[in-house]
Amino acid sequence: MATMAAQITGSADRVPLRLKLQRVERRRKLKAFLLVLPLLLFILTTFVLPIGRMIFNAVHEDTLLRLMPRTMSELRGWDGKDLPDEGVYAALAADLKQSWADKTAAEIGKRMNYELPGTRSKVTSSARKVSTLSTDTYKDALIEIDPLWARHEVWSLLKRGSSAYTAYYLLRSVDLQYGPDSQIVASPPENAIFRHIFLLTLGISISVTFATLVLGFPVAYLLASLPAKYSNLLMIMVVLPFWTSVLVRTTAWVVLLQQHGLVNEALMALHILSQPAELIFNRVGTIVAMTHIQLPFTLLPIYSVMKTISPTYVRAARSLGAGPFYAFWKIYFPQTLPGMAAGCLLTFILCLGYYITPALVGGPQDQMVSYFVAHYTNEELNWGMASALGAILLTATLILYYVFNKLVGTDRMKLG
Amino acid sequence: MSTLAYASPLEKAWYYLHRLFCGAVLLFLIAPILVTFPLSFNSVPFFSYPMPGFSLRWYEEFFLTDRWQYALQNSIIVAVTVTLLSTALGTAAALGLSRPNFPWRTTVMSLLISPMIVPAVITAVGVYFFYADVGLLNSYTGLILAHTSIATPFVVIIVTATLSGFDDSLARAAASLGAAPMTVFFKVTLPLIMPGMISGALFAFLSSFDEVVIALFVAGAEQRTLPKVMFSGIREEISPTIIAAATVLTLISIVVLAAAELLRRRSERLRGLRSS
Repeated sequence: MATMAAQITGSADRVPLRLKLQRVERRRKLKAFLLVLPLLLFILTTFVLPIGRMIFNAVHEDTLLRLMPRTMSELRGWDGKDLPDEGVYAALAADLKQSWADKTAAEIGKRMNYELPGTRSKVTSSARKVSTLSTDTYKDALIEIDPLWARHEVWSLLKRGSSAYTAYYLLRSVDLQYGPDSQIVASPPENAIFRHIFLLTLGISISVTFATLVLGFPVAYLLASLPAKYSNLLMIMVVLPFWTSVLVRTTAWVVLLQQHGLVNEALMALHILSQPAELIFNRVGTIVAMTHIQLPFTLLPIYSVMKTISPTYVRAARSLGAGPFYAFWKIYFPQTLPGMAAGCLLTFILCLGYYITPALVGGPQDQMVSYFVAHYTNEELNWGMASALGAILLTATLILYYVFNKLVGTDRMKLG
Repeated sequence: MSTLAYASPLEKAWYYLHRLFCGAVLLFLIAPILVTFPLSFNSVPFFSYPMPGFSLRWYEEFFLTDRWQYALQNSIIVAVTVTLLSTALGTAAALGLSRPNFPWRTTVMSLLISPMIVPAVITAVGVYFFYADVGLLNSYTGLILAHTSIATPFVVIIVTATLSGFDDSLARAAASLGAAPMTVFFKVTLPLIMPGMISGALFAFLSSFDEVVIALFVAGAEQRTLPKVMFSGIREEISPTIIAAATVLTLISIVVLAAAELLRRRSERLRGLRSS
């Protein structure tokens, strides 16, 4: 150790200045990196890792591989044309016996039931019956127990299960599924709900973004053109709702829109309505509440861009003979485009992931992708499906975030 | 708008139409809140005006029953812990990121800020699956860690912004006068970025205090927070006590954010950004 230190100090005199500077620079970089490291590690473990695992869950599915190892290894040699031979059936019987003993038959049934509805109870009852069976011809015996095991699509499903990865959940998310011969076919109408949900999410997000732009642009213009003492006062009216939490504002809308809520009571008191209108638990309520919540997000970026536009350009245009509307449209409006793009994109990104507001103000027909991610996680306990839907939503959000970054830059993102 | 005197009738009409429209939009923004909150003082459990009488019974219920007080306490405990953790982690990271020539700055920054962009449900579900495996579901630790990851981006953004106006020659001057790096940090850098740090901390506090989606997924009955109790309350039946809770929540938000805004202005003034 001592000789090494001596070597370093000894050689230091002969090191050119450039190298010394580089070394100092490297040490500085290292120091800066060490400051960031704790947070980086924290975010990687508590945020990136869980989300990465969730995305992995969307394509990773090893239930069958784990619970039916013998069948899976026997099936590798199956050509997929006729029914498998006796060896595979013997392996299946052994796996089912094992699963009955380990009480995992229900899990196998649940997994197979995802792709072939109605198989759950057949799998468990087969496992129960096989558990006491001892014969040389398992093929006939199993088909005797349940004709399920003579169905070709069941074996196609099991064959697909011999891989730990499946595209099943992602396919389901776009209303596709595997057919009897593992070919990709459209889902039957009763299962084909997801394209509609994605389109609905897109539709609601676009409507809300458009509404916030139409309502926000004129207000932003007013705030930017008024003298500071008035605009500051009006700004409070924009910022106060912005500062109250989404849950509180949604609560306010529930109070306003419910059947005997303030809006209905007021309209009835004014004799505009004779009986309460359906305002809550439908599309209109959802869009109104979401527009209210998102309006400041669209308005504020537009306002901050408008603040930087010099009034001299419009004045110059006017003095050169342009009418007021022509000058506004040709000179002022184009300069506000960056703010409009930033505000709208921000609102659109946030809308895609809405959960609380549609859950409380929307009806069953207005639930967006986020609701189904939560639904499959908590109620159906189908984590693969929740992950696949989540992965698609996340991908869309990240792509838009990337565009937003290119357009606006994270560094310039302002809070409040 | 002195030019209005020379405006054509069409322009005048347009001008008043614009004002009217803006008034309506501003009313749309503020009215739901202004109209709803007074109902928490209603003496009867209905949501209609005129109120038959003024009463504090819903606030009594909020402040004196265990169901709400326990939730409020939980929210405060979790939010304060989250604030401390995220301010420490976020400030250190912002200091590192603001050094010149930080390697892969944009990438690292995007990564650190990503919890703010990813939809809450995705974060909640991802964390839920993860916690189910590592046994952190229904625990304070789990809730605090998840909230910290969504709160730090605020600290990072605000402190980085504060540091962007920071005059590095001040720190160098201190160092050249013989101050040790630690002394430079505590005597020169820290006092100057303090307003930014506090305002970041306030945002971090609120992002945990107001958070509901993650709490719905990873917090158990024991860790129930105020927003979580409010959410399930609205799902069942909305009561004036929920409005009272919402009013309290909002008052806290407004105080905290007004403080953050004042600090931001102060810090801009300190760094001489506002004089221009």
